[in-house]
Amino acid sequence: MKKWLQFLVLITSISATSALLASGGFSDNSKQAMPAVANAKWKTECSGCHMLYHPGLLPERSWNKMMAGLDKHFGENASLDDASRDEIARFLALNSADKQDNRRSNRINQSIAAGATPLRISETRYFTSKHDEIAASTFKRKSIGSAANCVACHQAAEKGDFSESQIRIPR
Amino acid sequence: MRNAYLLLALFFSQQAVAESASSLLKKYELLAKQENAAFVGFAADKGERFFHAERLHSDGKKVSCATCHTADPRKPGKTRANKVIEAMAISVNPQRFSDEAKVEKWFGRNCKDVLERACTAQEKGDFIAYLLSIK
Ligand code: HEC
Ligand code: HEC
Ligand code: HEC
Repeated sequence: MKKWLQFLVLITSISATSALLASGGFSDNSKQAMPAVANAKWKTECSGCHMLYHPGLLPERSWNKMMAGLDKHFGENASLDDASRDEIARFLALNSADKQDNRRSNRINQSIAAGATPLRISETRYFTSKHDEIAASTFKRKSIGSAANCVACHQAAEKGDFSESQIRIPR
Repeated sequence: MRNAYLLLALFFSQQAVAESASSLLKKYELLAKQENAAFVGFAADKGERFFHAERLHSDGKKVSCATCHTADPRKPGKTRANKVIEAMAISVNPQRFSDEAKVEKWFGRNCKDVLERACTAQEKGDFIAYLLSIK
């Protein structure tokens, strides 16, 4: 092959690759990620003790059960006045994993047996299968605390973004 | 000139903060008098003891207000789920005790979590008096 022809092929393949990368053509992120959601009550009331968990992480029946027992919430009293509780419960139900069409929420939902109503995302089969290479001692590190503290390792967890580019396990 | 306005605004907002903690104390004082006719006032040293007092919870664990808010209220604390709690001392964190509904919500939860009962107005007032006294 002539030198100039080789050069031409190289240039076109580089520009084609970068165009593909820029357009995100290698993977379809749009249906993978959970959508942005917002509710002011939810944001203040559900982030006092831990990170804000995206409603797309659990099905509606789980949120309903959780919101009906806030006075005994994982060993703590997280009770709210009735109006705030009802507003947040409605918001969570509307945006729950079984009301959404993104790959992550669908997978979580599929990993839960029809008769089960888990209150912990960290106990769903989807979660355990994604974290089976992480030692129990890693979750117990001082900088992490427990598997429930997603945001310690997933920097964008509160936005519902768990993509691999956003993971860093603290020492 | 603009700086002067800023300073003025800052001055009044600082005033407002100190005022809201003390006006809250006034409300608890009225309640405390209803609870106990022999009420004599709030005391920072009683609040300090209350803050640190460890109690054996019926779940078998030892708890106090300091468990989450740390032994030094000027320092940030930590929840059981490992989230940072901003400092409680009003000199360090002027936002504290500026929102009555928020204060009542957390007294309601935390007193039940630690004492397994509601706090009295006396205890709430002593607690705030202690956190106001820390420089
Ligand atoms: C008074 C403190 C407090 C408040 C307020 C609170 N939580 Fe929690 N929550 C906890 C604790 C403690 C845990 C257990 C954390 C752990 O295991 O490390 C927890 C765990 C959870 C979990 C399970 C996480 C997992 O997958 O393991 C979810 C979901 C949750 N909370 C949702 C909520 C929602 C929704 C609200 C608002 C209505 C809320 N929380 C308000 C204390 C609180
Ligand atoms: C100790 C750090 C740590 C904590 C805490 C943690 N994760 Fe992860 N997570 C990881 C790592 C590392 C991976 C990548 C695993 C792999 O690719 O093999 C991962 C993968 C994932 C994935 C799959 C990502 C993908 O695109 O394949 C999801 C979803 C996820 N985590 C959700 C959560 C949720 C929800 C929580 C909290 C309830 C959480 N994680 C808590 C470290 C953590
Ligand atoms: C299990 C952890 C925990 C314990 C124990 C605890 N607290 Fe709290 N407390 C919190 C959290 C979380 C907040 C809210 C965080 C924030 O607003 O920054 C809070 C906030 C408060 C507030 C609201 C202050 C304001 O104006 O912002 C008061 C009052 C309070 N606590 C009183 C107490 C008292 C009294 C005790 C002991 C009887 C106690 N707490 C024990 C976790 C705890």
